[in-house]
Amino acid sequence: MKHALYYKTKKFLVNILIHIFLISVAITCLYPLLWMISSSLKTQDMIFKDISLIPHQFRLENYVLAWKEGGFGRNFFNSILYTVSVVFGIVIISSMAAYAFSRLKFFGSKFLFIIFMAAMMIPIPGSFVALYVLLNKLHLRNTPIGYILCMINVGLSTSIFLLKTFFDKMPKELEDAARIDGCSKVGIWWHVALPLAKPVLAVVIVFNALAVWNEYILALIIFDNRSFMPLQVALQAFQGEFVTNYPLLMAGLTITALPIILVYLFMQKYIIKGVTQGAIVG
Amino acid sequence: MQINKLERKSGVKIRENIENYIFVLPAVTIFSIFYIIPFVWVFQLGLYEWDGISFTKVFVGLDNFREIFFQDANWWHAMWNAGYITLIALTLQNILAFMLAWACDREIKMKNWYRVIFFIPPVLSEVVVGMAWRFIINDIDGANIINRGLISMGLGQFAHNWLSDPNTALTTVAVVHCWKGFGWGFLIFLAGLQTIPRELYEAARVDGASAWQSFKNITIPLMIPVMVLVAILTVLGTMQVFVLIVSLVGGEFAGHTSVPVLRILASMRGSSRFGYACAQGITFGLVLIIISFIQYRFHKKGQ
Repeated sequence: MKHALYYKTKKFLVNILIHIFLISVAITCLYPLLWMISSSLKTQDMIFKDISLIPHQFRLENYVLAWKEGGFGRNFFNSILYTVSVVFGIVIISSMAAYAFSRLKFFGSKFLFIIFMAAMMIPIPGSFVALYVLLNKLHLRNTPIGYILCMINVGLSTSIFLLKTFFDKMPKELEDAARIDGCSKVGIWWHVALPLAKPVLAVVIVFNALAVWNEYILALIIFDNRSFMPLQVALQAFQGEFVTNYPLLMAGLTITALPIILVYLFMQKYIIKGVTQGAIVG
Repeated sequence: MQINKLERKSGVKIRENIENYIFVLPAVTIFSIFYIIPFVWVFQLGLYEWDGISFTKVFVGLDNFREIFFQDANWWHAMWNAGYITLIALTLQNILAFMLAWACDREIKMKNWYRVIFFIPPVLSEVVVGMAWRFIINDIDGANIINRGLISMGLGQFAHNWLSDPNTALTTVAVVHCWKGFGWGFLIFLAGLQTIPRELYEAARVDGASAWQSFKNITIPLMIPVMVLVAILTVLGTMQVFVLIVSLVGGEFAGHTSVPVLRILASMRGSSRFGYACAQGITFGLVLIIISFIQYRFHKKGQ
């Protein structure tokens, strides 16, 4: 009896220690964000004086100022536009290709697939230099369409890989039935394969959306005009111009971070699945 | 009749083949233009001296590479910086990630909450993380939490501008990088730990093994493949870090906390040497490939 009690107490104490450890790390994770949000609601003077996380007055007009005068409204819509177009493009293009690699027979399909996979593995850190030159030649630099096409390419290989792995495991019966009913190949891809692939498509969509929203280097070299820039690059430009206006900068950071945090909280199931799946694959 | 049928059949086959190509055509087109062409050009441009604007490029052979290897002290300093951050990430970040994963790999309350919170820093952009942290630890004395904490603990003499002091800047960058990155390792380690069959632990306990013994003899050996994977991902990710540094330290090329990607960017945008930038890119890419290959081999031998 004493023995059982001993083990119970020991387990309880160990659990408490573990929780203390986990909670302190969790606080370290959240603190900078809370600090950022709280600073975005203070005045410039209060940031220096009042270090409490909950400001005495909520200055929501900081957001209005950041949105209008800081120009973040424009950049916010740019980020939305780029994210939506790129993700849409990737879903259509990579699912078509992945379906073909998995189901259709044509000369060179294995070779093409290997090339796509090699691109996923080989890091080429200098490629943005050549990409800059190429976009200049094509007159696509400093244009939204140039950026969108580049970003579609960035997400292509991994998305094709994820979708092909899924299509390979998918049972063929439904497609056969559709074929017997006279459905064309494009019809089968659109009406049968894509709806079945919804769980993987969710992973593809969420990961590419995060990647595009957070992308920096290509946006930096492609855009000269502030009016075309997505948020990440515009924040740097803003910091260069208004170096001392912390509340507005923090409001800009919050505007940039909040959509991603919301998407993450709603889609975390798919994100965690994607990370662990990607890890097992790699 | 027979021939006619065959002809029709092969006609159908060709049509079918073309139809199948249409499925991969958009992907192959975009990939060829935006991946293959730049890939080839990087190797080509690396052999030239070119400012990115003029019509004539000067062929210099391997001179760019000679300059990188024997004259460019800034480049190797940047490489050293990236290596230093990577070493800290490999140890501090991954040990923390492993401990957290191990702590979460049991029947414990609020497990999902922890998992959700730990992965918030990785989903944020490096710009947001860098600027928010810069604001917390450097810019203003009044708002500098770390310094305030040190002063209130009576350690005021250690309080200073962490990011502008060359002695602490790089380590500070590395710590913020670990803060942003440990969630990745945590999730992968946790997934790995959960694949270990519980029966193994049960059996060890029945045989009288202590918690430490079963950790050492079951958990660690079974987790080695996952550890190698996380190590490779950490190295590849950390060596290429630069956005975080730009947003933390400020200034386009980040001075004494510069890293290889920033040097490439500086060659391109700062001194307009496109060929040299490409040569640096190739050198760096090779270094990355060699490192991950060595890690992989090391892991194979260990098995």
